[in-house]
Amino acid sequence: MDKTWNNKAWFLVLPVLVLVAFTAVIPLMTVVNYSVQDTFGNNVFTWAGTEWFEELLSSSRFWEAMVRNLTFSFIILAIEVPLGIFIALNMPKKGWGVPVCLVLMSLPLLIPWNVVGTIWQVFGRNDIGLMGYYLNAIGIDYNYVQDPFDAWVTIIIMDVWHWTSLVVLLCYAGLVSIPDAFYQAAKIDGASRWAVFRYIQLPKMQRVLLIAVLLRFMDSFMIYTEPFVVTGGGPGNSTTFLSIDLVKTALGQFDLGPAAAMSLVYFLIILLLSWVFYTVMTNYDAER
Amino acid sequence: MARIDVNHVRHSYLPNPQKDADFALREVHHTFEDGGAYALLGPSGCGKTTLLNIISGLLHPSHGQLLFNSRDVTNLSTQERNIAQVFQFPVIYDTMTVYDNLAFPLRNRGVPEADVDRKVRETLEMIDLASWARKKARGLTADQKQKISLGRGLVRSDVNAILFDEPLTVIDPHMKWVLRSQLKQLHRRFGYTMVYVTHDQTEALTFADQVVVMYDGGIVQIGTPAELFERPRHTFVGYFIGSPGMNVMPVAIEGKTATLGSQRIELPGAPKTANGAVELGIRPEYIRLGREGMAVSISKVEDVGRHKVVRAKLEGRDIAAVIGEDETVPAEPKVRFDPAGINIYADSWRVEMGA
Repeated sequence: MDKTWNNKAWFLVLPVLVLVAFTAVIPLMTVVNYSVQDTFGNNVFTWAGTEWFEELLSSSRFWEAMVRNLTFSFIILAIEVPLGIFIALNMPKKGWGVPVCLVLMSLPLLIPWNVVGTIWQVFGRNDIGLMGYYLNAIGIDYNYVQDPFDAWVTIIIMDVWHWTSLVVLLCYAGLVSIPDAFYQAAKIDGASRWAVFRYIQLPKMQRVLLIAVLLRFMDSFMIYTEPFVVTGGGPGNSTTFLSIDLVKTALGQFDLGPAAAMSLVYFLIILLLSWVFYTVMTNYDAER
Repeated sequence: MARIDVNHVRHSYLPNPQKDADFALREVHHTFEDGGAYALLGPSGCGKTTLLNIISGLLHPSHGQLLFNSRDVTNLSTQERNIAQVFQFPVIYDTMTVYDNLAFPLRNRGVPEADVDRKVRETLEMIDLASWARKKARGLTADQKQKISLGRGLVRSDVNAILFDEPLTVIDPHMKWVLRSQLKQLHRRFGYTMVYVTHDQTEALTFADQVVVMYDGGIVQIGTPAELFERPRHTFVGYFIGSPGMNVMPVAIEGKTATLGSQRIELPGAPKTANGAVELGIRPEYIRLGREGMAVSISKVEDVGRHKVVRAKLEGRDIAAVIGEDETVPAEPKVRFDPAGINIYADSWRVEMGA
C-alpha cells in the first residue's frame, strides 16, 4: 500500500511535546543550569563550572547518605522478597479466604505515604504509642528518637509493613497462573515440597519477582516521606538518606547549585541502576 | 506392571451426595488386565478423567475400592501407587535440561546416580530424544515436551500403569499419528498397562485393544473396536462411535418383524424381550441404497472422499447411509437394511435376538 508522507501528524503530537517540555525537559534543564552556577540571591548567577560536582563527590556527607541508602535498600529487599514469597505461598488459592487475604494485603498499599509515616511515628512513641509504650513496659529500652539503631529498626519495620504486600500480590499472581497438572505431575514424580517450590513455583514467579525487586529497589532508593515524617533524618544524621539530604540542602539551606548537582548525580544513579535491571530482564527474556 | 481392579467405585465432588445426579462417577466396576491397552472414551463431563484420577490417586473415591495386583491401594498416595500419568498439557520442568527432567522422579526417590544415568539413557532412546538430552526443556516443541512427560513415567521401570489424560490435545495433527504409533510400539515392546482417556473415537479405536465407553458417570460398554461398531450395547455407543453415527428409529416388534410406520422390516431373529421403548438401530454402513426396498426421499449427498454419505428421509425420519464413492443415487431411491447390521434396543439397551 502506498503511504502519503506529510508532516501534518506532528501537530497531533505537539500538545504532548509541549506538556512534556514544561513538566520534564525544562525543569530538568533548569537543574542542569543551576548545577554549573553559583548564586548569592537577587537572581544574580555566576559561572561555577564543575565546582559543585567536585565538592559533592568528595564530600563524606554525600557518600554516607549513599551508603545508608544502599544499606536500607539491601535490608528491605532481603526481608520483603523472601517474606513476600512465603506469604504468597501460604495464601489460599480458592474459597472465601482469597478476597479476604487480597483486601488485607492491599490495605497498606492504599494508605498515603505521609499517613504511613505518621502512623508509625505515633505507634513507636514511648509516651502514647502502643508499640513504644509496651516495649518499654516489658523492659526493652526502645527509643527511636534518641537511638540510631532503634530508628533504623522502626523505619525498616515500617517499610516492610508498607510494601511487603506488593511483593505478595505480584508473587500470588504468578502462583495462581500455574495449572493444577504441574502439582499433580510433581506428586506422581515424588517431588518434595522443596522441589515443588524450586522447580515449579520459583521458575513461574521469576519474572514477577524481577519486577518486584526492580520496583522495590527504585522506591526504597528514593524513599523520602516516611523516614522524614518518623525521624526527620535523625537522630543525628543516622537516617538521613540521599533524598532527605537533598531537600535539606536545596530548601533548608537554599544552596541551589550544590542541590542541583546532587539531583543530577542522584538521577544518574537511579537511571543507571534501572538500566542495569532492565538489561538483565530483557536478556533473561531473550534467553527464554 | 499390574492388574488394576476398580471395585464398585463411586465418586462425588460434593461433600454430601444424595441422589445419583450428585455423582460424577455413578458406579464403576471393572478390571484392567495386566499389560492391556485400554481407552476410556466418552464425551466431556462423562467422568472419564475422574476415573483416571482415582486410579492414579490424585482423587480419593467417595465409595469403593481400588486394587493393584489384588493389593488394596485405595488409601495409598499417588507416589506410593507408583503410576505414571501424562496430562493434557505437557508438564515439564522449565529450568531443567531434558536429561534432568527424566532423572527427576528417580532422584526424588533416592536412586543411586549410576542407576539414574543408565535408566535415563535407556528412556531417552525409547522416546527418541537422545540427541536432545543436554538441551533446556523449555525450548522444545509441544510433542517433544509431551514425550518428556511420558518419559518421566517410563524411566521408573517398576511403574504399575501409565495413564494418559487426552495427551494429544495440543499436538499438531501430523505429529499425533507419529506419537500414537510410538505409543503402540512402546506398549508392544514393554507390555505396560496403559489407560488412555480421550473423547476422540479415532484415537481410542486405533490405540486400544479394549475400549471402555463411558456416558453420564458410568461405563456403558467395554469391547474391542469391532464389537463397539457391530454390536453397540447402548444407543449412546451407536451415536458416539462411527461417522455418521448409528441410525436409531422407534419401531414396534412382533415376532421376527419390526414395524416402522407403514414399513415392515425382517429381523435376523426374534428379540428376547421387547418391553419399554423399542428402537431399531442400524449403522449407515449397513443400509443398502438401490431400487428395491423402502422408499426414501434424498435430502443431501455428502462426498467425504473414500465414500459418500447420503442423508435421506424414511417414514419422516432422518437417516444416513454410506455408499461407495463410485455408486450413484437411483432416480427412485429405495433402501434395504442388511440384517447383519440390525440391533434392537429396549429403553436404550440392546436386547439379544433368538434364532
